[in-house]
Amino acid sequence: MTGVAAEIVFRARGVTKVYEMGEVRVHALRGIDLELYAGELVVLLGASGSGKSTLLNILGGLDTATAGEVLYHDQDLTRADDDALTRYRRHYVGFVFQFYNLIPSLTARENVAIVTEIARAPLTPEEALGLVGLGQRLDHFPAQLSGGEQQRVAIARAIAKRPAVLLCDEPTGALDSETGVVVLEALERVNRELGTTTAIITHNVAQSEMAGRIVHLRDGLITHIEQNAQRKSAHELSW
Amino acid sequence: MTALDRKLLRDLWGMRGQAIAILFVVLAGVATYVSMRSVFAALQRSLDQYYQEYRFADGFASVRRAPGQVRARLAAVPGIARLETRVTAPVTLEVRGFDEPVSGLLVSVPEGAQPDLNRLALRAGRLVQAGREAEVVLNETFAEAHGLGPGDQLTATVNGRRRVLTVVGVALNPEHLLQIQPGSLFPDPERYGVIWMGRSTLEAAYDMTGAFNDVAFTLAPGASLAEVLQRVDLILAPYGGQGAIGRRDQPSHFAITEEFRSLEGTSTMLPAIFLAVAAFLLNIVVSRLIALQREQIGVLKAFGYGNLSIGAHYAKLVLVIALSGAALGTALGLWLGGLLGEMYLTYYRLPTLDYAIDVPIVVTAILLTAGASLLGVLQAVRRAVRLSPAIAMRAAPPPTYRATALERLGLQRLFDQPTRMIMRNLERQWARALLTVVGIASSCAILVMGLFFSDSFDFILHAQYGVAQREDLAVTFIEPTSTAALYELASLPGVQHVEPFRAVPVRLRYQHRRYDTAVQGLPEDAYLHRIIDRELLPITVPAEGLVLTERLAQVLAVGVGDELTVEVREGSRRTRPITVTALTSQFVGMAAYMELTALNRLAGSGQAVSGAYLMGDLRAERALTRALQQRPRVASIISQDRAIAAVMESIERSMLAFTYILSLFAAVIAFGVIYNSARIALSERDRELASLRVLGFTRGEIAYILLGEMAVLTLLAIPLGMALGALAAAGLVASLQTDMYQFPLVLARGTFGLAASIVLGAGLVSALIVRRRLDRLDLVGVLKTRE
Repeated sequence: MTGVAAEIVFRARGVTKVYEMGEVRVHALRGIDLELYAGELVVLLGASGSGKSTLLNILGGLDTATAGEVLYHDQDLTRADDDALTRYRRHYVGFVFQFYNLIPSLTARENVAIVTEIARAPLTPEEALGLVGLGQRLDHFPAQLSGGEQQRVAIARAIAKRPAVLLCDEPTGALDSETGVVVLEALERVNRELGTTTAIITHNVAQSEMAGRIVHLRDGLITHIEQNAQRKSAHELSW
Repeated sequence: MTALDRKLLRDLWGMRGQAIAILFVVLAGVATYVSMRSVFAALQRSLDQYYQEYRFADGFASVRRAPGQVRARLAAVPGIARLETRVTAPVTLEVRGFDEPVSGLLVSVPEGAQPDLNRLALRAGRLVQAGREAEVVLNETFAEAHGLGPGDQLTATVNGRRRVLTVVGVALNPEHLLQIQPGSLFPDPERYGVIWMGRSTLEAAYDMTGAFNDVAFTLAPGASLAEVLQRVDLILAPYGGQGAIGRRDQPSHFAITEEFRSLEGTSTMLPAIFLAVAAFLLNIVVSRLIALQREQIGVLKAFGYGNLSIGAHYAKLVLVIALSGAALGTALGLWLGGLLGEMYLTYYRLPTLDYAIDVPIVVTAILLTAGASLLGVLQAVRRAVRLSPAIAMRAAPPPTYRATALERLGLQRLFDQPTRMIMRNLERQWARALLTVVGIASSCAILVMGLFFSDSFDFILHAQYGVAQREDLAVTFIEPTSTAALYELASLPGVQHVEPFRAVPVRLRYQHRRYDTAVQGLPEDAYLHRIIDRELLPITVPAEGLVLTERLAQVLAVGVGDELTVEVREGSRRTRPITVTALTSQFVGMAAYMELTALNRLAGSGQAVSGAYLMGDLRAERALTRALQQRPRVASIISQDRAIAAVMESIERSMLAFTYILSLFAAVIAFGVIYNSARIALSERDRELASLRVLGFTRGEIAYILLGEMAVLTLLAIPLGMALGALAAAGLVASLQTDMYQFPLVLARGTFGLAASIVLGAGLVSALIVRRRLDRLDLVGVLKTRE
């Protein structure tokens, strides 16, 4: 699964990020160096406030670094303008958020369609929803779906464009463990079947056992990167 | 349909309450604009057509008596294209079943044919025929007022002899669109009318056989009116010419032009303000709506939607609302305009109203509405997409609140927590609160502006009839008469007081400016007919010099102490320098006044009077009227009371409809702003309010926090709206000043009260609706979703 020989998708060097939140300056990242490899499933593990979401947002082109360099293949994301970042997100990145962020006024199918309509060679919304086991709930609105179902719609929406990378920010954070496992299974299946490079953020150590590599973060720094020798499949996890 | 479009439809459905409120604001603005502008355009178009089709003359001249041969000399004046001579004469009339004084103007027409100029638009019957002496055609308004038609009869005192006239036709005429009796302020079709009679009959009755006393003519293309008038005056002077005038100064045309000017003022200014307010509100509401969707915008950006397509999405959302409002408003406006047009038509008496959809007007309304809404979208979307999607998707950082100035002053113990929440929220979002206040205030201002008209009108009537002109009857003689006639009048039944007046036609000159009018001579100690100052206090007519109305002084650019050149245009035809010794306030018409003896000295006519004002016992009025009608020298009798009642009635009818519609629209706007502000506040703060409910606050208590804020804003807006309304009214007054009307800026307390009540009412309705929503707040649902 891993190895120096694998193609490098992301290369981050000395990434720092400072937020001005109201009257407070928050140092979210303090110099991150990291590579992500094609097709791997990596977990970014850390307590809340460790900077993992910020890192993911920067990798996904949702935010830009204050300093440092982030390369997606040859594209420098730190120097990309808004249009370039928009194109990058549109064609290469799939996102899954902790709070689903579905559009409340659209059905499951339409929530996926909103992405497939602007993507190159996407899955159909039905295929994508089938992949996460929601083929039967196509025409339900978010308000009519359980939390786990909503999150799976969000995953379907994220993978429908066949992204090069799938970035998941605490995808089970708002779910009970049983439902969480179902969601992780869906992510695992996507990673396996579509070969999508997948990065999952969590503060849950148990979940990191499904990853090939585990990146530990604390206070905006990577403390160490762990190769996971005893990789478990999602349905074996519990917390 | 794309998923984004489906979102649009569902979002629209979800916010239907707000969408409808916005739609109504736009509808009100556009409807006002379209109706008033199209009616005005239609009236102007129809008038021009009418003038052209019925050959309304370009110039007119009156003369005492000119022999027929003079016609050829006039027709030969270079620049005159067509010319027609006529005989006209004032007449007093008796209409069966109507006991009050009725006056008329007899105008000659060729027997059996249309006149060459100022043709008749026959509405019923036929023209007068040759050889039938007593046939007349009546003006339509006059005929309608008395229920007269072809075959009916009326009695006239023609040159001192009573004659029975037979009506053969009813007609309209471009020369007498508005039939205003000289000395009166408004048309009063029951008491004054124009009557067309065969030329030979009229010539015979007034000893005018082979002669004429009135001329109308049209100009050849490119001819100079001033030169033509000068030559006509020169030719007619030996025969008692009273000065030729251009169309501009022709009484009916002048009156209608002035009316159209004030109508144009109203139809431009008022709807423009309305539309501007609607656009402004649309802008505020739209930008807030979009601000609420900040997180969804973040998600769309995260998926790779560009700023342009996100902007387009919201632009569509808003345009659907704005353009539906504009479309409905246009339809309503065209329909209302049609009704308004009918109303004007009964007043102005054009034969037809050329009412049509005026494309530029509709396009302007739609562009303005769309532009305002798009601007709102642009601002809001720009603000939303400027954030990186990661931040947009995160809830906005907790807003920085702080203790308000009042609290920092140590007064916080006076306020409970909810009240502090209201105050801090207002202080933190002061810019937005200000916009809401301005929005509500503008609807209040529209109300004040719409309602102040009737205040102004009441004031004019009070000043004109309550203070300045207190006579019951004004009697005019056929020509200036010796003062002995006054004793005769005083001896008539019921007459208690007689006050003479003199009117001398003059041309006033100052530097290059000039103005043709009649100087009214009043006795120094006038008791019935007085001139007044700005405070409505009567002023004594100075023994020497000229008194001008403020408007006339303004037109001539003179002040007290300046010396005018006065050319008398009858009798002696002297030219004298006269100093302006005082100014007087007068709200209708422009005039000049002199002391009676001084005016007679100027005219060189001895102690003559042109007529008299009478005050008398109302119980004897009927007998008095009959006695006056039978005096050969009496040309006209104006009854002041009746004239006022008639005016009030017609004005009130049109004013009421206008005010009603305006109030309704302004209420809609007030409702639109308050409701939308409250709804948006609710959706921004539902979490906060739900949390309070969870903590044990009652529905009433959380309603207090939200609605209390709206109440504060509404109460702040009302005085501001009154001030803005007063300003707008001042602007409107300035745009409405014409030579005919000088509307004073009068704002009665009742107007402010009514405006405030309507705004408060609209606020109350929105509060009730929002309160219902608050009562159904889904506590768990709100708290379950993410922060």
